[in-house]
Amino acid sequence: MHPFSYARPTEVTEAVHELAGPARAKFIAGGTNLLDLMKVNVEQPNRLIDINRLPLNTIDELDNGGLRLGALVTNADTAYHPLVEQRYPLLSQAILSAASAQLRNMATNGGNLFQRTRCYYFYDTAMPCNKRQMHHSDQITGTGPAGCGALGGYNRIHAILGTEASDGTVHCIATHPSDMAVALTALDATIHVTGPNGDRTVPIGNLHRLPGSEPQFDHTLRPDELVTAIELPPQGFPDHYTYLKLRDRSSYAFALVSVAVGLEMDGDVVTNARLALGGVAHKPWRKPEAEQLLIGRTATREHFQPVAEALLEGAVGYGHNTFKIDLAKRAIVRALGMAINKEKREEGE
Amino acid sequence: MQTTLPAPTVESAPVPLQPITLTVNGTSYQLNLAPWTTLLDALREYANLTGTKKGCDHGQCGACTVLVNGKRINACLTLAVMHDDHAITTIEGLATDGALHPVQKAFIDHDAFQCGYCTPGQICSAVGMINEGQVRTVADVRELMSGNLCRCGAYPHIVDAICDVMQLDTGK
Repeated sequence: MHPFSYARPTEVTEAVHELAGPARAKFIAGGTNLLDLMKVNVEQPNRLIDINRLPLNTIDELDNGGLRLGALVTNADTAYHPLVEQRYPLLSQAILSAASAQLRNMATNGGNLFQRTRCYYFYDTAMPCNKRQMHHSDQITGTGPAGCGALGGYNRIHAILGTEASDGTVHCIATHPSDMAVALTALDATIHVTGPNGDRTVPIGNLHRLPGSEPQFDHTLRPDELVTAIELPPQGFPDHYTYLKLRDRSSYAFALVSVAVGLEMDGDVVTNARLALGGVAHKPWRKPEAEQLLIGRTATREHFQPVAEALLEGAVGYGHNTFKIDLAKRAIVRALGMAINKEKREEGE
Repeated sequence: MQTTLPAPTVESAPVPLQPITLTVNGTSYQLNLAPWTTLLDALREYANLTGTKKGCDHGQCGACTVLVNGKRINACLTLAVMHDDHAITTIEGLATDGALHPVQKAFIDHDAFQCGYCTPGQICSAVGMINEGQVRTVADVRELMSGNLCRCGAYPHIVDAICDVMQLDTGK
């Protein structure tokens, strides 16, 4: 690990000020991903700002019926919080499908959103990686496009959607690894951010980005901004939901494909639908047009298939990961069935 | 407000050792550590508490599991300086007055290890899991212990030992 200095502010303004300084500083909260990346020299901050003592560690009810999750509440405390379990069981299920109990006790809600891809070529500094090597100009001097180890390499875990830049070239096929972010996307959460210029909010759908020709940027926040909270809107789909996560082993593994579903039903008819996919793109994948295909329809398999086709429209496989296109379509159909039928969901069927 | 704050350290500034006090198993350890010392290395190399094991050093195997303020975490993925006012419990601190913790005793009774390298982490993790209060079934035990790998493959006996302590019926 490269040497770094350490600071532990207790006020948000102080923390943001620290980050805006000349040092190549980073915030650390749970540290489960950052320290891992520092051990393999993918991340090399020279100053860590420990934000764990900032007052951002509560879960609060909002007047509109929503819920505000502090950025520093751990994933475990969020998933097991009674109000999250009752009103947003989709979020609980997604968080508990991720990592291990030890990691969930450390990882925070804010940090979860900004964990880096688990692409093995991103981790391996002996391999070319556009995400790792095309640095932001005010950090490390850029060396131009490095190449992508995954494109011509072993890409079983990689992206099938949204990989092309506007000119049709492909620079990065990494996926975003978070399960929590997939559920938050289906729930239409809002991210609260603060920075030197004050506070602002970002819809979850605009927080992460597609790689385009700048895969070094995972998200749209400025380098000196800090997430303070995640706001959940009142509608949490507590009656008809599921988080289906498909992976190579049944626990403690990242998703090959995951599907977050939230539905509102009137009898057998779908009146509101949300779907988001994980493991398939550089960000959680949502397509409101696909959701519209369900509205006013009876909840039957024949109406699920077109939704799956619409969500996977434009999907491209890169060899080892081509199976994900069919896997995702089948997972969507299965997840919709599970969301409607509580018994199926509890059986994990 | 921001202008009144001290300027952040610049890249070329030296990084001094930081005096920190770790409270481990009720004992205070006054240590001078570089900021990049993990809690795991601080325990093993500076506090000489080598019961906590280093397996993968990447948070994947669970061998380094300790309890911080009662919660189980991976000591390899956190910095010692982040824990200077926390209560840390390691495998050395589970027994009381010479009597083994019930989970320790159950691991012996059920022969829940072969080489023993993962055992301190398994036991600390099980104690943390019991504290969390989320286990209803034997399947929950397997799921919530998935962060602890045992390459000898002692899992069936580990699950039996934990279920014994939790009075869960394994059907045996």
